[in-house]
Amino acid sequence: MNEGRIRLFRGENGRGATEEYPYERDEGMVVLDVVHQVQARYAPDLACRWNCKAGKCGSCSAEMNGKPGLMCMTRLERFPADQPITVLPMRAFPHVKDLVADVSWNYEVNRKIPPFRMREGQKRVAFQEDVDRVQEFRKCIECFLCQDVCHVLREHGKHAEFGGPRFFVRAAALEMHPWDAGGRLDLVRKALGIGYCNITKCCTEVCPENIRITDNAIIPLKERVVDRFYDPIRMLWRVMTSKEE
Amino acid sequence: MTAYQTSEHDVIVVGAGGAGLRAAIEASAQGVSVGLVCKSLLGKAHTVMAEGGMAAALANVRPEDSWKVHFRDTMRGGKFLNNWRMALLHAKEAPDRVNELEEWGAVFDRTKDGRINQRPFGGHTYQRLAHVGDRTGLEMIRTLQDHGVHRGLHVYMECTVVDLLLDGGRVAGAVAYWRNTGEFVVFRAKAVVMATGGIGKAWKVTSNSWEYTGDGHALAYFAGADLLDMEFQQFHPTGMVWPPSVRGTLVTEGVRGEGGVLRNNQGRRFMFDNIPPLYRADTADTEEEAARWVTGDRLKNRRPPELLTRDEVSRAIRREVKEGRGSPHGGVLLDIASVRPAEYIKRSLPSMYHQFKELAGVDITREPMEVGPTCHYAMGGVRVDADTAASTVPGLYAAGEAAAGLHGANRLGGNSLSDLLVFGRRAGHAAAEYAKSLASAPRIDEGAARDSIARALAPLGREGENPYTIQNDLQEMMDRNVGIVRAPEELSGAIDAIRRLRERLNRVGVGGTRTYNPGWHLALDLRCLLVCAEAVARAALTRTESRGAHTRLDFPKSEERWGKVNLVVRRGGDGMSIVEQPLEPVPEEFRAYVYGDKA
Repeated sequence: MNEGRIRLFRGENGRGATEEYPYERDEGMVVLDVVHQVQARYAPDLACRWNCKAGKCGSCSAEMNGKPGLMCMTRLERFPADQPITVLPMRAFPHVKDLVADVSWNYEVNRKIPPFRMREGQKRVAFQEDVDRVQEFRKCIECFLCQDVCHVLREHGKHAEFGGPRFFVRAAALEMHPWDAGGRLDLVRKALGIGYCNITKCCTEVCPENIRITDNAIIPLKERVVDRFYDPIRMLWRVMTSKEE
Repeated sequence: MTAYQTSEHDVIVVGAGGAGLRAAIEASAQGVSVGLVCKSLLGKAHTVMAEGGMAAALANVRPEDSWKVHFRDTMRGGKFLNNWRMALLHAKEAPDRVNELEEWGAVFDRTKDGRINQRPFGGHTYQRLAHVGDRTGLEMIRTLQDHGVHRGLHVYMECTVVDLLLDGGRVAGAVAYWRNTGEFVVFRAKAVVMATGGIGKAWKVTSNSWEYTGDGHALAYFAGADLLDMEFQQFHPTGMVWPPSVRGTLVTEGVRGEGGVLRNNQGRRFMFDNIPPLYRADTADTEEEAARWVTGDRLKNRRPPELLTRDEVSRAIRREVKEGRGSPHGGVLLDIASVRPAEYIKRSLPSMYHQFKELAGVDITREPMEVGPTCHYAMGGVRVDADTAASTVPGLYAAGEAAAGLHGANRLGGNSLSDLLVFGRRAGHAAAEYAKSLASAPRIDEGAARDSIARALAPLGREGENPYTIQNDLQEMMDRNVGIVRAPEELSGAIDAIRRLRERLNRVGVGGTRTYNPGWHLALDLRCLLVCAEAVARAALTRTESRGAHTRLDFPKSEERWGKVNLVVRRGGDGMSIVEQPLEPVPEEFRAYVYGDKA
């Protein structure tokens, strides 16, 4: 057992600074263990979210030495032992306190997406190969790290016009469900603003569930939107008949 | 005086795991106003960590399966101490609840003919668990959450209930605080459903998260409700044991369901030495027979002994370790690598693969896992009516892990997720009906609400002991004194220790502000946790026999007399009392299924 140092952001509503704490290092420790040790020994009021401590609930997202990840799945071996680790809250959301960000905006976006609706007369039969791609999307643990690194949200603050990678994954899971009645592409185009995404794949790189967000969810959705709304023949049809499809 | 916000609903559901969400959806469907109050963000409740699957006699894989066999398996697993009516309703309704989840968008793993696939699990005669790899709980909670938020529920996230309010003995509402701000909210409600999960945070080696502090158990107890079966706390046989930081983290029973074998440090499959008479006829007695079952010949061969019920497997592992045949870090070896090809393991147990790779540096497709028992599940909880989930307090309901009865002395794996849906729905329905039947809303006792807020605020800013120290002392004591095998002097010692911990808690102090202050929140949670710990210790001291998850060093056998009573924990004038409650006998028409050889 040896001693390490950790710098944690302390403060409320975005005001504050990092404070440095010592910790006792043990084999196999993750960053969340250090945060808990600091809470128990030095700062019982240190705010952090966590639940499962096994990478299943997506609560303990933070930025560790500049890299967003789950604190419960980030082992200390990843960092140089002789330098302090710096932990900051996710930056793309309003700050609450210490390591906790206000992620409630995500829940508002989710409510805009119409839930699963079974097609009329659909029988509940599907083969594994039909559901494989939907199951990939449904692995999402809503850690919101993809939202945190998305430059449309992080740098440009387009929260009002853009849904973010998490909700393209959700929309894709519904639209590609073999039994779903569909009908969310207009929402994906307008309210979720998929056009803002220029497929830099930052979201895919950070996903702890290894969901291929850009390749498997966003690009196919973009293709469907283009087919649906920007196909020249369909556009001409709409102009001539003045009908929405 | 501290100001508080008020909010009014017909039904308040406390807890937003599977049971709470299902209760809220059902109550809302009955046309009443529903508030769903949860300590964490929506979708993060403990249900999300459930791995292996949801037991329901769909008979998709084994046509011989039926509710009768499921009913029988559940009663046998519970050592016949279950509430038979709950076990019956559960077995009959679980398939409908699973199918309904699919209609709401859940995507289960499929059989070759395109139906919901089912996997084998401990204590289940046939392959019965609908699943999604090893992340079934996530699928369930996300499906309910996404369905529920479009059903008019009002969700109060990161909001913790600290007290129930009563009006002349019936439920009138609840007092809660917002974690983000530390502000208080008083809910006025005609009915309250407790769906708060378990009590596992009273132990150190646990698969449970910080939330599992027995709030529903304790608040119901304070309100005068009976608790039942509190001596039965399940220790899951397979938690991680190394590295130290993940000790207790769950390793799904699905590993054994997929064929994983348990060995001691001499390479012996010790479960063959631990087959109890009740299961002898259904369990393979040679490695060869068990291997044939794993590779698919399930009609002619019997299940491997690794798939005995959790109480049996946990006790056996404990014995191996205690007698010096354990693995290097004090567990035993769980091996799937030599049974299944790497691709199969990665496909059917992806999060176990990931969890061991990331947290322990172990590749489970090549090497065995080190595992040992971890505190996992409370069979005990609020005593409820089987059909309505009503507690003994008018207007108060409980479902899921917070309720007792279905699982008796030991829960079968996979019966929890189905429990949440079956009794969550029943609780939501009955709470809504009750709320509709009241002519007027109960009156809120503002004095009681203010007292509750004042008590909750007391530790804040006070000079006093660190709540983390108190919790740590409680957990270490419970691991030592109230574990898998229990001795009377240790249980008495635990009761004394809890009294001293309560005195310390009365002097606890936390610095900082009311904004998102985990130390303060823990100080409040500890009040509930101590009630639960005391209930377990007292009930365990009273039951002088061994049965299911309760093993007494001084009474190693099951006693006929104790097979006819449940223990009720009740709040009396001078503290906690334990009352023997005669078990309702299984009606004649079902006795053949339950006690006979074949359903």
